[in-house]
Amino acid sequence: MDLTLVLQGVLSGLLFGGVYSLMAVGLTLIFGVMRVVNFAHGDMMVWGMYLAYMLATRAGIDPYVSFVGCAAALFGLGVLVQRGLVDRIISAPHEMQILLMLGVALVLENLALVAFGPEPTRVRSPLAAAAVWLGPVFVDVARLVTFVVAVALTLALWVFLYKTDLGRTIRAAADNTYGALVIGTDVRRVYAVAFGVGAACVGAAGALVSPILPFQPPTGLSLSVASFNIVIIGGMGSLLGAFVGGLLVSLAESLGAVFLKPSLKELFSFSLLIVILLFRPAGLFGRRAS
Amino acid sequence: MSLLEARGLSKRFGGLSAVAGLDLAVAPGEMLGLIGPNGAGKTTVFNLLSGFLTPDAGDIRLGGRSIVGRSPHAICRLGLARTFQIVRPFPRMTVLENVRVGALARHPRASDALARARDVVARVGLAARERVVAGALTLAERKRLELARALATEPALLLLDEVMAGLNPTEIETIIRLIRGIHESGVSILLIEHNMRAVMALSQRIVVLSFGERIAEGAPTDIASHPKVVEAYLGEEYVRAAPA
Amino acid sequence: MKWALAGALVALVALPAVLSSYALTLFILIFFYGFLGQAWNIVGGYAGQLSAGHAAFVGVGGYTAAVLSIELELTPWIGMLVGGVLAALLGAIIGYLGFRFGLRGFYFVLLTVAFAEICRIAVSNIDALGGPLGLYITFTGNPRQFQFQDGRAYYYIALALMLVATLVAWAIERRRFGIYLAAIREDEAAAEALGVNAFKYKMLAMIVSSFLTGLGGTFYAFYLFSLQPNTLFGIPLSVEIIIRPIVGGAGTLLGPILGSFILTPLAEVSRLYLGQGGLHGAHLIAYGVLLIGVVLFLPEGAYPRLRRALARPTRAER
Repeated sequence: MDLTLVLQGVLSGLLFGGVYSLMAVGLTLIFGVMRVVNFAHGDMMVWGMYLAYMLATRAGIDPYVSFVGCAAALFGLGVLVQRGLVDRIISAPHEMQILLMLGVALVLENLALVAFGPEPTRVRSPLAAAAVWLGPVFVDVARLVTFVVAVALTLALWVFLYKTDLGRTIRAAADNTYGALVIGTDVRRVYAVAFGVGAACVGAAGALVSPILPFQPPTGLSLSVASFNIVIIGGMGSLLGAFVGGLLVSLAESLGAVFLKPSLKELFSFSLLIVILLFRPAGLFGRRAS
Repeated sequence: MSLLEARGLSKRFGGLSAVAGLDLAVAPGEMLGLIGPNGAGKTTVFNLLSGFLTPDAGDIRLGGRSIVGRSPHAICRLGLARTFQIVRPFPRMTVLENVRVGALARHPRASDALARARDVVARVGLAARERVVAGALTLAERKRLELARALATEPALLLLDEVMAGLNPTEIETIIRLIRGIHESGVSILLIEHNMRAVMALSQRIVVLSFGERIAEGAPTDIASHPKVVEAYLGEEYVRAAPA
Repeated sequence: MKWALAGALVALVALPAVLSSYALTLFILIFFYGFLGQAWNIVGGYAGQLSAGHAAFVGVGGYTAAVLSIELELTPWIGMLVGGVLAALLGAIIGYLGFRFGLRGFYFVLLTVAFAEICRIAVSNIDALGGPLGLYITFTGNPRQFQFQDGRAYYYIALALMLVATLVAWAIERRRFGIYLAAIREDEAAAEALGVNAFKYKMLAMIVSSFLTGLGGTFYAFYLFSLQPNTLFGIPLSVEIIIRPIVGGAGTLLGPILGSFILTPLAEVSRLYLGQGGLHGAHLIAYGVLLIGVVLFLPEGAYPRLRRALARPTRAER
């Protein structure tokens, strides 16, 4: 067993984990506030990737710059989905929410298929080729930048949620919707913002990851599964859990790729999901989702 | 032999002891009232007896047989039925269909169960609302539906959890008569109630719970003036004020 | 109502005499997906346990019969039953894990998807099963090998499958089994308090559903003469399975059939006109939109709405 390979795996895993964390934080925010599971999470992220791709190829904007625009665009999409669709069934039985979001996922994934075709793509970024040697392992500069920006965004989100009025309102609504209503909170607006922010997270994450991960429309499902893995481990609704979980799951997947055949990597993720489902519904940090 | 006997029943939630070393017995044919201030652990006791919670310690015997660790459906089959404090009708089924679910416990054939259900529905006075979807019933009707459903399982012991909460005086009178009728037909009843008038009127014996422990037991008249009971409900200052 | 159904049945039996071969194919698909949808309906509609991984059972059933036919020259008529049993075994495992560990709603959906994907990836990586390219069935036209020269044979088999599944659902619906499933779907805890062994009945529903779905796998494999893991175990097939009962009315007897009659022609038309090149995902967009539309505007599905519009049903008098 080549130790360098393992170390490399650990490093890659941790760096990629920044993106996973950002992605998971978005999902857990949506769930924490609205008790809605965004089945379309991964597909939204893929749209973030394709947006970055278009901005890079049509307007020559590097994804490490355009991620802001992608986040904004996905914010809009999130608000639209929430206001137009989710809001109407917020008090309906859970099966309805699941089916609704499945429908959204189907639409998003296949719109991407129709618009961009089934072939895998990647975005060219000047940073993607650069690498720095750190002793026996090398650090992919693109991954490093991705990691730094992703963590910075997660921290920014934390600041937003804990230090701003709107953020506090969102957390209050998440904790106690009825109470928030009683004190006059515009809960619908809070929901829209929360969904929008959650979608913005994957918009940014998608853009950041587009130079280092080849993607195609079906990638949405694997990303959704990874998000669920993380959020269930970390605890549904827990931001810290999503953050730590993102690093952990990315690490696990990366090490899995070191030891297993690449085609079996997805098998590993799904098996991990089953194990997590059976043994950790309460998560490491979060409250138990009913 | 008691119909139901609980010994040393205990249940903790995290650091809180909801029920602590409780002994409780219901004699065959008895109507026993279970009262106590809010948070005394009464519904927890019901959940333990009906199998929705597993006790941390203690034994529960129904007809001499231990039922600890058994699932709710098995306990129902053994003759213990319960209602819920916040009623849980099957919202999209009609009154008749709701009760039929209960009747199926003893009458596996759907047509038999339906006939039995019709009888029970009539008995609780909902015959006119037979075909109404449960979601459209008034609260008082839902309470009667909950009662009918549990009754349809032909229990030996019926656990009633605050059946009168939210009802107006007329509705309470009706339900008291109904419960009395059920008792007279041979069903033993253990009822949790906050409505003191109703409890005193119905119960042959009363057990008082406070902070998960039994603090008093006896005939209704004795309980009303029992110092520990007054203390639990009103506080220490009133004990001295209560008539001896 | 009963007369209308009987009449429709007679019409369907007589239909092949006047159908073009394309129309025949269309009806075969309507019946086949109606059959799969009805099988799903037992656990997804009546029991209310949303499974989005039913393709796993199609795959297990199909591959079992195919492998037994290719390797052991076992007639697929028996292979079908073996496939059904193996699918039921998988269903029992998934059901046991899901129901014992208290996975509800979204968690159960994830469990089913995870199992289906694991099956898909596993089979793709097993060379003995043909790997990612899959298996091919040589054409012999021999009915003993579940192959027919005449398309009408497939028509009648598919119709028979749909009727069998519907009969099973009907039998379940009117007995205690079905009533208990409905109670579990409405409020599982309240049902338990009334003596309903929720675990047992959910498991039974899962086993019956997966067995029937497994039978369908054999039909699928031998009708198409090929099996690929991505097709047979994949999510698109799971979507095809659930969309018809959901649109038509989950938990109703005729919902899956109505749904198939509505959606299958739609899917075929969209495949015809938009299916060239990379637009083959277009009908899935329509499915997504329909799913959203149904949830927002017609949550019970088309059939209950239709029934209310046409007649005054008498309830609890079945």
